[in-house]
Amino acid sequence: MSGFQRFLQNMGQGFLEKVAAFGRGSLFIWSILAAIPSALFRFDLLLKQIYVTGVLSLPIILMAGLFVGMVLSLQGYNILVEFNAEEAVGSMTALSLLRELGPVVGGLLFAGRAGSALTAEIGLMRSTEQISALEMMAVDPLKFIYAPRFLAVIIVLPLLVLIFNALGVFGGYLVSVSWLGVDSGAFWSQMSSQVDWQEDVLNGVIKSVAFGVLIAVIALFQGVNAIPSSEGVSNATTRTVVHASLGILGLDFILTSIMFN
Amino acid sequence: MTEKVETLIEIKDLTFSRGERKIFDGITLSIPKGKITAIMGPSGSGKTTLLKLIAGQLPPDSGEVFVEGLNVHQLSRKKLYQLRRKMGMLFQSGALLADLNVFENVAFPLREHTKLPEEVIYALVLMKLQAVGLRGAKEMMPSELSGGMSRRVALARGIALDPEMIFYDEPFVGQDPITKGVLVKLIKTLNESLGLTSVLVSHDVDEVMMIADYICVISEGKLIAEGTKEALLNESTGYVNQFIHGLPDGPVPFHFPNVSYTDDLEGVHTGKRGLK
Repeated sequence: MSGFQRFLQNMGQGFLEKVAAFGRGSLFIWSILAAIPSALFRFDLLLKQIYVTGVLSLPIILMAGLFVGMVLSLQGYNILVEFNAEEAVGSMTALSLLRELGPVVGGLLFAGRAGSALTAEIGLMRSTEQISALEMMAVDPLKFIYAPRFLAVIIVLPLLVLIFNALGVFGGYLVSVSWLGVDSGAFWSQMSSQVDWQEDVLNGVIKSVAFGVLIAVIALFQGVNAIPSSEGVSNATTRTVVHASLGILGLDFILTSIMFN
Repeated sequence: MTEKVETLIEIKDLTFSRGERKIFDGITLSIPKGKITAIMGPSGSGKTTLLKLIAGQLPPDSGEVFVEGLNVHQLSRKKLYQLRRKMGMLFQSGALLADLNVFENVAFPLREHTKLPEEVIYALVLMKLQAVGLRGAKEMMPSELSGGMSRRVALARGIALDPEMIFYDEPFVGQDPITKGVLVKLIKTLNESLGLTSVLVSHDVDEVMMIADYICVISEGKLIAEGTKEALLNESTGYVNQFIHGLPDGPVPFHFPNVSYTDDLEGVHTGKRGLK
């Protein structure tokens, strides 16, 4: 077989594998969605996953939110002060956080912190036959494992993003008002006049829900399809973080162009 | 078999492939009720796969599996899960849930499938753990257990719902002689005292010979022998003889299929510079 033929063959095979993976992924999402109603009745499982994915992600979200807000207002102040518009630093910080940085940076951090853990956990459960054992005990892993995790991620990420935003605004306040001497009243009034509830806050929340769906689907799918070995699980975990991060950035562009254009 | 016994599991003309490799090529066999049936075969002959096909965890390419007269692969998800409540499976690794302790692992199927009060669950779990001799380990976590102990806990979990049939996936692999002895005794006594049907997948001839009522040997995707252990032990030729008596050469050659040795050394096929 000539090199060109082999190249074509590899291309075709690669394409078919991608199509097959896409099909498996779609079926998987569909079966999780179908299992969500019964997962809602298992509040104990959902609560545990909300704790594992959400509460345990709080420290990183709190710290990151504070620092992002502080840096944002510092940079904003340095530019705005040249135009004598430093009072606008409050609204600039809030708008940047609510529209973009909150959902995007929060989503990226969450994918690294909780998405990777989800993939590793499910990959290991599969490689140690725990998932098979559940099936044999007539416990459906869709209802017991996947759907509660999927739901938990979608519930938790918007809340984490809102907390991230709040801490970011607080960080901005610390830097611009307490440190750089911007007038406190101007800081808040500019912010409240510029920020629109629906346009900014709600759109940010919608973004974070969309990122939650993306992260949950990628993390669960990679976990379920991980090759059951230590190398396979580690590769799947890496793929979760890489795919979810790129997915968040790509999806953010699409959502932004729909929402703000 | 001479005596007339009821059949619990029936496999008809089952074919299954993984990628290019054909694992089963038209296997037909039946597993009698209330007996210990061993499915034997060399490593990689798909014994574990066969258990997963019986339990409906994998779909076959063609053929049918009937359990209690129900075609496993035609059942709805709900019906399949109902059928699985009558099945117990002991996985090679034990497959205990890593975040629950021994007691909670055994209680898990009871909590999921029954609404029994806590005192009854407590008593039932202790009874099951007592049966496998691990009542004293009820507070331990799966990571603290040895391989043999994990399997015994998994066995207690497997019988928690009083199943009608139990599948053992290579229960003796990698165990020391004492643990093997314990497992042999457990499989035998549980089968008798609970009136179970046991299906045992294994290639440990000695242990299987001690407990199995009925043995099926599979190799290269086909059923090549079935019968009582006496019948198989008396086989003096062919593959079954080689397998049962552990002979290094016979119908299964010592060498993995390859090009001729001299050609390989001379690098004829690889294009590398050989010894020529």
